Amino acid sequence: MTKSKPSPTGMRARNQSSRRAILGALAAGGALAVLGIPAARAASKAAPRVVIIGGGFGGASCARLIKSEDRDIAVTLLEANSTYIACPFSNAVLAGLRPLEQQKFGYDRVRSDGIDVIHRKVTAVDTKQRTVRLDDGKQLGYDRLVIAPGVDLRFDAVPGYDEAAAEVLPHAWKAGEQTLLLRRQLEAMKDGGVVVMSAPANPFRCPPGPYERASLIAHYLKTHKPRSKLILLDAKDAFSKQKLFEAAWQELYPGMIEWIGLSSGGNVTRIEPGTRTFVTEFGSYRADVGNVIPPQRAAAVAAIAGVADQTGWCPVDPITFESKLQPGVHLIGDAIIAGGMPKSAFSANSQARVCATAVVDLLRERTPASPKLINTCYSLVAPDYGISIAGVYRPANGLLADVPGAGGVSPLEAPKSAREQEAVYAEAWFKTITHSVFG
Amino acid sequence: MIRPIHTLVAAALIAAPGLAWSASPPGAASCLGCHAAAADGSPVPALGSFTAEQIVTAMQAFRSGSRPATVMDRIAKGFSDDEVEAIADWYARSKSK
Repeated sequence: MTKSKPSPTGMRARNQSSRRAILGALAAGGALAVLGIPAARAASKAAPRVVIIGGGFGGASCARLIKSEDRDIAVTLLEANSTYIACPFSNAVLAGLRPLEQQKFGYDRVRSDGIDVIHRKVTAVDTKQRTVRLDDGKQLGYDRLVIAPGVDLRFDAVPGYDEAAAEVLPHAWKAGEQTLLLRRQLEAMKDGGVVVMSAPANPFRCPPGPYERASLIAHYLKTHKPRSKLILLDAKDAFSKQKLFEAAWQELYPGMIEWIGLSSGGNVTRIEPGTRTFVTEFGSYRADVGNVIPPQRAAAVAAIAGVADQTGWCPVDPITFESKLQPGVHLIGDAIIAGGMPKSAFSANSQARVCATAVVDLLRERTPASPKLINTCYSLVAPDYGISIAGVYRPANGLLADVPGAGGVSPLEAPKSAREQEAVYAEAWFKTITHSVFG
Repeated sequence: MIRPIHTLVAAALIAAPGLAWSASPPGAASCLGCHAAAADGSPVPALGSFTAEQIVTAMQAFRSGSRPATVMDRIAKGFSDDEVEAIADWYARSKSK
């Protein structure tokens, strides 16, 4: 392996002998360190290694795309949970329209692609040595690391709202037990009860999500507990698809949903879990059932890897999705600062596709092309009433910017058939995307 | 010792089945957020069931508004004629792989 310039005719033989040399050196233990070459990188010349942290719509997708692009790349997917529980459509679970089981996905098909899936937590990332350490002490080397961290809910952001309070006033912003807890509370609530929700300031995961949730809870209340009411306290004065949601609320749930924006006193300054009380600057609201959607940040692994900035989110290059803070580390999904692109499963999946191509290009020492990305987010206002927002994005000024003239929301005036069709497309989207990621 | 592996990688790629995304034009990958490549019974049509000409014609009609749409009108406006043609060609060619 000290012969640095093999002749073209000797390529294959020499490559194999250099692999053996590296393996021998690794077996000898630390021999490479003597040569001043980090073991992880030297070994990578035999087969490029990509480690992916996070097995959601971004990470699992990216892993499979890299592997399908180049089977010679050793791809490892690190995901703490053996079952993924998808957030899109989990608001329908809250409303009793869908079992949580339909949100669950496993990693068997990901494994059958030849990807090493390890259900462990990451405890350390060394971006200089290019290694990742797991909670069982195992260490993995990489040539390129992709992190799809997702979000952490900030239990330090709203006084009184910590993890214990979330057992009383569920966030249900990560689908799973929290979803079922909030569902049970809604079922147990008496007719005439008051549901209080709070939504955070931007940015946060799934910008239309709180409003879809309010809609589908209202659908449940109207159907089963028609004297009940829902108050949505908001830390902002405008929200995604606002006109569409408000028109639909007027049409479908008149008088049932009261939205209180920031300038009307919607910002929650304290939670009192003992009495299920939401305290704002202007007053307090006592809930029979309360749902706090707290502020968020990139999940902890982003801080462990040193890829989150002071905002708590991760700046990336919009062409390669490589971290602006740590070379060799790529980031996708809800955790990144993506300019105009919202934090959605669709965005994460679009980014995963671009990132996978960029990672393969970079491993081949090719320059990745400037990409174009799409996002489409459907929201259900009722089971047969869907609305959408779409956007097309391209790199501009170091971020992903909207392509002017494209995108936007469903028309405010539309026939019932169009809303029904968008509800059908929403369901179709979920089936297609979960099949492409996990199936 | 760096160069040889790339020769092997390139050889493996040519032989690999399926779509080679690194050769895909900008925007093509995102289509699969909603559309499957091969027909799967979804109400959202599979891209592999169209010719390049059909995709180009549809995208132009979505963009001009002459073909009614729920969301494709908004998406089509984000792509130029050249971009649409490149995407359509790529999906048409990928069918034969």
